[in-house]
Amino acid sequence: MAKAKIDLNRVAMPKQEAGARRQNFSEVATGYTAEDAKREASRCIECKARNCVAGCPVAIDIPEFISAVKTGDFTAADEIIKRTNALPGICGRVCPQESQCEAVCTLAKKKAPVAIGRLERFVADWEPGYRLKGSTGAKAPKSCKKVAVIGSGPSGLTCAAELARLGHSVTIFESLHVAGGVLMYGIPEFRLPKTIVQTEINFVRSLGVEIVLNAVAGKTFTIDELFKDGFQAVFLGTGAGLPLFLNIENENAPGVYSANEFLSRVNLMKAYHFPEFDTPLKVGKEVAVVGGGNVAMDAARSAVRLGARVTVVYRRGREEMPARLEEVENAEEEGINFLFLTNPISFQVNDQKWVSGMTCQKMSLGDPDASGRRRPVPVGGSEFTLPCDMAIVALGTRPNPLIARSAPGLAFASAGTVIADESTGLTRKAGVWAGGDIVTGSATVISAMGAGKAAARDIDRYLASL
Amino acid sequence: MYSIISTEELVPRVRVYRISAPRIAKKAAAGQFVILRVDDNGERIPLTIADWDVVEGSVSVVFMEVGTTTTKLSRLKAGDTISDIVGPLGNATEIDNFGTVCLMAGGFATATIMPIARAMKAAGNRVITIVGARNKDLLFWRERLSAVSDELIITTDDGSAGRKGVVTEPIKEMLERGERIDRVIAIGPSIMMKFSALTTKPFGIKTIVSMNPIMIDGTGMCGCCRVSVAGQTRFACVDGPEFDAHAIDWDNFMARQRSYIEEEKRSLEICRCPSG
Ligand SMILES: Cc1cc2nc3c(=O)[nH]c(=O)nc-3n(C[C@H](O)[C@H](O)[C@H](O)COP(=O)(O)OP(=O)(O)OC[C@H]3O[C@@H](n4cnc5c(N)ncnc54)[C@H](O)[C@@H]3O)c2cc1C
Ligand SMILES: Cc1cc2nc3c(=O)[nH]c(=O)nc-3n(C[C@H](O)[C@H](O)[C@H](O)COP(=O)(O)OP(=O)(O)OC[C@H]3O[C@@H](n4cnc5c(N)ncnc54)[C@H](O)[C@@H]3O)c2cc1C
Ligand code: SF4
Ligand code: SF4
Ligand code: FES
Ligand SMILES: [Mg+2]
Repeated sequence: MAKAKIDLNRVAMPKQEAGARRQNFSEVATGYTAEDAKREASRCIECKARNCVAGCPVAIDIPEFISAVKTGDFTAADEIIKRTNALPGICGRVCPQESQCEAVCTLAKKKAPVAIGRLERFVADWEPGYRLKGSTGAKAPKSCKKVAVIGSGPSGLTCAAELARLGHSVTIFESLHVAGGVLMYGIPEFRLPKTIVQTEINFVRSLGVEIVLNAVAGKTFTIDELFKDGFQAVFLGTGAGLPLFLNIENENAPGVYSANEFLSRVNLMKAYHFPEFDTPLKVGKEVAVVGGGNVAMDAARSAVRLGARVTVVYRRGREEMPARLEEVENAEEEGINFLFLTNPISFQVNDQKWVSGMTCQKMSLGDPDASGRRRPVPVGGSEFTLPCDMAIVALGTRPNPLIARSAPGLAFASAGTVIADESTGLTRKAGVWAGGDIVTGSATVISAMGAGKAAARDIDRYLASL
Repeated sequence: MYSIISTEELVPRVRVYRISAPRIAKKAAAGQFVILRVDDNGERIPLTIADWDVVEGSVSVVFMEVGTTTTKLSRLKAGDTISDIVGPLGNATEIDNFGTVCLMAGGFATATIMPIARAMKAAGNRVITIVGARNKDLLFWRERLSAVSDELIITTDDGSAGRKGVVTEPIKEMLERGERIDRVIAIGPSIMMKFSALTTKPFGIKTIVSMNPIMIDGTGMCGCCRVSVAGQTRFACVDGPEFDAHAIDWDNFMARQRSYIEEEKRSLEICRCPSG
């Protein structure tokens, strides 16, 4: 048989023009059409190695679903994906595919991996009503075993969905008034529409998972009380939500925000619809964003959409930025200004004590540090002040202290993360598993989901042994 | 949805609502608060737990109508529902037998101080409660407070009830007379707490204030509620809300509280007159 010619032209993702998208919170990437999807799917050579599957932390049957897309049977593709992944519309949008499934795709060697994430997103969006029938994923018979999942971010949702499919009765306890964790309060609407998140959460509910909102572990209840109430296992997926600050002069001045506060006001509380929504937001004319990760990009791009001129200040160079390259490029297209090798050393305030400027220092790159990245060192006499009427600090986050203060028996690492077995998520406390950002510190949606799934499997084994 | 069991106007613009929230009632302690959201477009606002009833499964909040959310809340009646309520949040007041405890309250805090007075009394303290109001028509819960206080002192700005003057005067006199006070807890508007702190500081008396910064989540996630205490950043929702009054950067705190004054005014105008 003659070998088919390999097509190296990835079908591009249609996007809103930079000029237009600066004015709105609608999704930047508008998604494949059915024709786009079939064309991209036809590039997959369905290789025997199935490298892509190994690159996916939840092990989606990638070649099978892509094969269904090729033939235009999108419903079948959806069923195949949902066997292993309850949140495909989310993953297809925010997974760092370039370092997961697509990085190891056989065609990646030719620099043209199949656009697996885009196809996954297309399939998830294709028939949004269909998923709610809950027919996907054969369910095991009821086990009469009760599991509590704390936190409704991607790790908790995935763990809960998996346990429900295995026949267990699962209740998620979430401290906020909506489920979804960072997917709802952190990642902006223009990258991940909230209706998509809620549709996928409703799919998890349709599997039989109960979600109790406004319930704070460590305050409304403790883990030990859950066991007294008849839960036989607990999964902790409470994330790493506590924002870090620079600890520099005037950092508590009004106008200086943590990225979490700014993004929560905008996403969770919909302050961009103020005064129709009650939560207020003040957006400066000149906004300084500190940091170089995805969170900094999201804050900067949200501020642009609210009418600000935005400067991102990062202490290393462009190459060292931890943000996804795609998001950095999007930010640049949207007119965001970058000051690399620059580090803030204090904030200035005006008569009303409101922030009026950020004094910075230039940096140069020295020897590599423990993370292997070159350590920034201050350049003497290079101080200058960047005028701003709002500053957003996006330096990273740590696990929230509430759990640590209320759960005797859990062991914590120095960064405040919970110590848990890498492959099973089992903690040092009997009957308690943990996964996602609370174990790893800020990481990714898909790694949190992978951890939730692994823990569910181990919890299932444990429940069988009771 | 959480239902409102009863509503009562205590004095003009101050109301007490009993809200069905069994999980919160079971855990509540003096000094803690809830965060609620009135409706789906609503913001999250913190209110101190003024009382709770485990058997009924309810918590009571006393609030002053000052802006959009408290105005929306005021329009609700018994039987109506609010979208969300979560708690109990924050740390409970440190209760111990300190000896003599002086509790100072201004405005709606007359209600907030109530569970603290009750717990301090039960722990064996001599409790002196000082309540300040603009005039006698704004005073409430006098009987309830006297029942849990060894001494109840009322001050009004115009002298229409109790003594004429502000809450800090009686305590200042007591301290100058050399009366022994082992701990002070002051709760009320920031300016009142700041001056309470300034009054007790020269006498070196441990003074606790319950800080009320702007909050969103109330679980340590947003950092909106940060307060500078002894030069360090603390989150009022998880590290507080009570802190050492003498260590607080009051000017910074008050500037932060005023962050949204203009937006709040605009929002309230629309709330009062939705058609316009
Ligand atoms: C702005 C931003 C952008 C990001 N962009 C991306 C991206 O593009 N791609 C990507 O892969 N990753 C991204 N990430 C990282 C990713 O979102 C996280 O790694 C992931 O959400 C972690 O999932 P999780 O389930 O561990 O926790 P979370 O998503 O943090 O969820 C934890 C949940 O637990 C709840 N909770 C916390 N404490 C308690 C308690 N005591 N009791 C009850 N509930 C509690 C929280 O309210 C929350 O709902 C981003 C993160 C942020 C902040
Ligand atoms: C721990 C704590 C306990 C509190 N207990 C009580 C109480 O028992 N009774 C009571 O009447 N009030 C209490 N407050 C204050 C109450 O939260 C505010 O009065 C309320 O949020 C005002 O909302 P509004 O929309 O009606 O008014 P707005 O006009 O929006 O605000 C009026 C002022 O209230 C403050 N405020 C606004 N939004 C918030 C917010 N999200 N969080 C906190 N403060 C805000 C601001 O300083 C603002 O200028 C407490 C605050 C905190 C932090
Ligand atoms: S979930 Fe993420 S890693 Fe897995 S196939 Fe989808 S995009 Fe790739
Ligand atoms: S590795 Fe790439 S080409 Fe091979 S099956 Fe997976 S997606 Fe298709
Ligand atoms: S209110 Fe968000 S951290 Fe305290
Ligand atoms: Mg308000």
